Amino acid sequence: MAEDAPAVPGYRRDPGVHPPLDYPGYKSTGLRHPERPLKVLPHLLTEVTGPLLGEDRVGPLDHDLTRRHEGEPMGQRIIVHGRVLDADGRPVPHTLVEIWQANAGGRYRHKGDNWPCPLDPNFTGVGRTVTDGQGRYSFTTIRPGAYPWKNHDNAWRPAHIHFSLFGRAFTQRLVTQMYFPGDPLFFQDPMWNSIPDPAARERLVARYDHERTEPEWALAYAWDIVLRGRASTVFEHELALEDDD
Amino acid sequence: MEPTTPSQTVGPYLHIGLPWPDGPFALREGAPGGVWLRGTVTDGAGAPVADALIETWQADPEGRFDHPDDPRGAVRREGFRGFGRCPTDGEGRWGVYTLKPGPVPGPPGVQAPHIDVSVFARGMLHRTVTRVYFPDEAEANAVDPVLSSLDSPEERATLIAQETEDGYRFDIRLQGEGETVFFDI
Repeated sequence: MAEDAPAVPGYRRDPGVHPPLDYPGYKSTGLRHPERPLKVLPHLLTEVTGPLLGEDRVGPLDHDLTRRHEGEPMGQRIIVHGRVLDADGRPVPHTLVEIWQANAGGRYRHKGDNWPCPLDPNFTGVGRTVTDGQGRYSFTTIRPGAYPWKNHDNAWRPAHIHFSLFGRAFTQRLVTQMYFPGDPLFFQDPMWNSIPDPAARERLVARYDHERTEPEWALAYAWDIVLRGRASTVFEHELALEDDD
Repeated sequence: MEPTTPSQTVGPYLHIGLPWPDGPFALREGAPGGVWLRGTVTDGAGAPVADALIETWQADPEGRFDHPDDPRGAVRREGFRGFGRCPTDGEGRWGVYTLKPGPVPGPPGVQAPHIDVSVFARGMLHRTVTRVYFPDEAEANAVDPVLSSLDSPEERATLIAQETEDGYRFDIRLQGEGETVFFDI
């Protein structure tokens, strides 16, 4: 039987950072967003714990998307690296990082992607790694291309890499996308524009990193990911279970 | 204080990166005592959502977690990951093989057995989160602090699974009639 346990500190909420679920500029949200207000879930034991997934999920070459086939993929070879941190600036060590992306021409190896751009027999576009003790990760891949979609007239997604992060708690789970600096397609992209705060959008853009660029080999981009931080105390409202509608 | 990184949708091609062959097995495949938690994801028109991903996280049958931040200490149970992950198929169906969780301490009080669920999909710019409760736990459900915080019996009903031959069924309706209660986490 469960016994009384002390209240545990939750994670600090980050209102205003994430896109709304109802965003008409991205048409597919239309039938897929809840119409009722969300209820506040207090951060109890199930929410402050989570799967601690690590090395057992990752193969030896999973961090290098250019070495998964007989030959090398076409396109610009790049290194994407950075740190997984929490909102207090603390590294998140030994945590799983998953990525997936289009090939250099902007085509995904997926039955649903049929636009007239060739697949690359040497590129699947999926990678996994685990952060080190300082929260650092690194992938070698090729720069993905932009691709067209049907959301609006002449719609193109800016080049991006999908990222999936776990942190150490269910509450910290995050799936997002990394973009490249100076992309001319941002202005018409509803994913980008759905983020209410322009400064928050910029946090999805990697920085060109000349120091980590390897001569005669690969360009480097640096991108840090910040997950929610732990609250220092138990908030009164967590216990009162008030909802916000 | 570092500002956090915003969420973005998993998009239509999530199947490239997220599903694992053993993803649906929060309890190792073939291990005895497991139940199948299955359901569908449907949209505001009642149509199946074929490009969603469900993730589950839960306590073991004693209400314990294999996690150091549980003040009672981490408890590891052989063959049990506590975490399940399953993409929906063409009919919007998903399933996770797991152990039924035990009650978990609040506070306040004791929480009825429950499973936390994340829903990711094309057309969702951020995951949504809900909770599965069990139909054979009426007494515990009646005093569960989270269920009790909901306004109406109709809302509570959306979080209670139905018993099936090999486990439980939990359908997720993203919008409209019978809309599942989702949480701001």
